[in-house]
Amino acid sequence: MGTGDPSGMGMAHALASSMGGIKTTGDLVARMQLKKMRLPEAKRYVADKLGVSILDLSDATVMRTLREELDIGVVTAVPGVAKGLEAKARIADLLDIRINCVERMKRKIGASLG
Amino acid sequence: MSTIVTRMGDAASVEMTPDELRRDVIEGSEAAAAKGKIPVLEEREVEYLVDMFTCPSRIWGVTRGHEGILTKDGSTNTVCSSRLSSGVCAPLNREAAVRLFETAFAFDTMEVGHTDYSVKPSKFIASLEQEHMELLQHVTILPLFYGFMPNLGLYYQPDGPFPNPSDLLPKGRIEEARAAQEEALEACCEDIVWLSQQMVDVAADGVNFDTVASTGDADFLAALKACEEVTTTTGLPVEIGMAAEMVLGFHGELEYDGVRLAGLWPHQQLKLVEKAGAAIFGPVVNTNTRKSCAWNVARAVTFVKAVTAAATIPIHPNVGLGVGGVPMFEVAPADMVSRASAALIEIGGADGL
Repeated sequence: MGTGDPSGMGMAHALASSMGGIKTTGDLVARMQLKKMRLPEAKRYVADKLGVSILDLSDATVMRTLREELDIGVVTAVPGVAKGLEAKARIADLLDIRINCVERMKRKIGASLG
Repeated sequence: MSTIVTRMGDAASVEMTPDELRRDVIEGSEAAAAKGKIPVLEEREVEYLVDMFTCPSRIWGVTRGHEGILTKDGSTNTVCSSRLSSGVCAPLNREAAVRLFETAFAFDTMEVGHTDYSVKPSKFIASLEQEHMELLQHVTILPLFYGFMPNLGLYYQPDGPFPNPSDLLPKGRIEEARAAQEEALEACCEDIVWLSQQMVDVAADGVNFDTVASTGDADFLAALKACEEVTTTTGLPVEIGMAAEMVLGFHGELEYDGVRLAGLWPHQQLKLVEKAGAAIFGPVVNTNTRKSCAWNVARAVTFVKAVTAAATIPIHPNVGLGVGGVPMFEVAPADMVSRASAALIEIGGADGL
């Protein structure tokens, strides 16, 4: 993105064209882009793993419920739902990828998760 | 409707007729095509931009299902820093601000970075930076980068140890200026690699080399060499975001993979960034403040379309103040930011911003 005041720049881009982070599946698609997948391929990969359509990926109404069912973290504060590292350990399993902090946690606790 | 209220590249409002807007869209695209030797926009793409700029709505956006991914440079400076980053100096620490970007702003990714944001000062406080990354990895879900600029200028006197090419070049001491840049870029490259390696230890999801080539071709070469080293030795994903649309040739003879760096345009920079192993590329197209936003967005979209057409990695064009068709003004008008944002994805084919 780039420099600018929070409402004029960050919020404008977020509302105009962003997937919506953990409110939807923006975080998951972003993780596949880190694997060098272009946007359509990354979306297809995540949609297949979640069993939803491409349109559903950025639909907050669909994803708010599904994220809680999958227990991969939600945007609102809900007691009992996976938080932070817990959620990322479940995302690594769900997407079949390695996430650096999850791998580090495994090393630290000497366990094999998932 | 006889006229539409739109904006110039300095964000000032201006009234234009639909015909004037169409002319500016076509001329903006032609300007990019002439500079980059790339194709102009197709008629249906011109129509999209004309419809977008003649629509009186305050906010524009992509079609549902076409959304892209946001990566952020400048870390939380927009919240925590001063006006030098259009910041509001909110009474929040960096960790709280990152968590706000994840939840309140629903960003797709975020990054940790030092307020100064240059690699040279950041390396002195690397342990603090590591600690913030480490703690945030425990409590956040979204991918977290560590971000910084190579900012080769800080390696020259009086800020750094190497002779300043800006002093040497006006005196005609070209070989000395080149030698200084060659030595400085090696030191800068070493710092970039070292700081990136510190982020591997604390499980960052990636590193963001931002504002690359701000000090010209030597700055670009330092970033490319560092990217190659980081990606091959650590596997850490690297995002490379540029400083300007064309690489300035302060040295003039530097090459990467047999390609001269001076004078490269975004679609030419892409191939070297891919060769260096980067995961995401952020091209820049500068905003001309004397032209309309219609002209600037058309020009930016034309350049970005040439990049995305040739890319094998995700493309996140820079869309901060004064780049990517966004006006150059301290507080950004959302009417033009949202239009540039949507056009770069819908017509430019960007994978994110």
